[in-house]
Amino acid sequence: MTQLLRRQRAVIVRRSDGAFTLRLSPDERSLLTGLANQLDDLVDAGPDDPLARRLFPVAYPDDETREAEYRLLAGEELRASRRAALEIMRSTAEASVLTEDEVGAWLQSINALRLVLGTRLDMQEDDDGSIEPSDPDADARVLYHYLSALTDVIVTSLSGAL
Amino acid sequence: MSTVSPTTQPVETWSPTDDTDLEPDVPWIVLVWNDPINLMSYVTFVFQKLFGYSLEKATSLMLDVHEKGRAVVSTGTREKAELDVFRLHEHGLWATMQQDK
Repeated sequence: MTQLLRRQRAVIVRRSDGAFTLRLSPDERSLLTGLANQLDDLVDAGPDDPLARRLFPVAYPDDETREAEYRLLAGEELRASRRAALEIMRSTAEASVLTEDEVGAWLQSINALRLVLGTRLDMQEDDDGSIEPSDPDADARVLYHYLSALTDVIVTSLSGAL
Repeated sequence: MSTVSPTTQPVETWSPTDDTDLEPDVPWIVLVWNDPINLMSYVTFVFQKLFGYSLEKATSLMLDVHEKGRAVVSTGTREKAELDVFRLHEHGLWATMQQDK
């Protein structure tokens, strides 16, 4: 696991009435919509796609028969759940106020994006967030750390509602 | 360990070919494994949200996962364990299940 030590931007703040104020720039909103579209394609591909595999973990590592059964029964439900969360994030991408359930769907989707991107970048636990400008993956690393910071902010705001 | 007297005759026992009902009373445990991507704050939040654990308990389980590589986060029947694993997978955590023997 990774611990973030940076200061948080107050992009998602819980209001006293239980709703959440969302303060993101138009660029951030269109970025997240674009990423959600890409992830949707990957979710459709399912665990056969090496990049999507991290989104469909193994439940029974020591039991092939039960694992096959789990994959069959839970796999489709897992895909449906991911698609539904992504759809909520897309449809509320321009919103200024979100419900708690909608924030939960944003969190699930943004964390799924981190998992896929982090797997592709082979992120390690001790990564200090520094990025070499000459790194061909520099942009992807910036994006990964941006999504991490967003995740942390959402967790903080939702934890206030627990 | 048990010892067998040499005069004891072996007893014919029926052994099931299907393991479905093998040790039905042994509870199942749900394990969460450490991974380099999920944030510590996120994992703690997921434990609180899915299992209703206090911040203290969720934090302690998260630290077990982080430091020892894994932690048992819930136990119960196979059905319950499978549902818990599914919900953890929904949230992107690395969860597996096995019988606690």
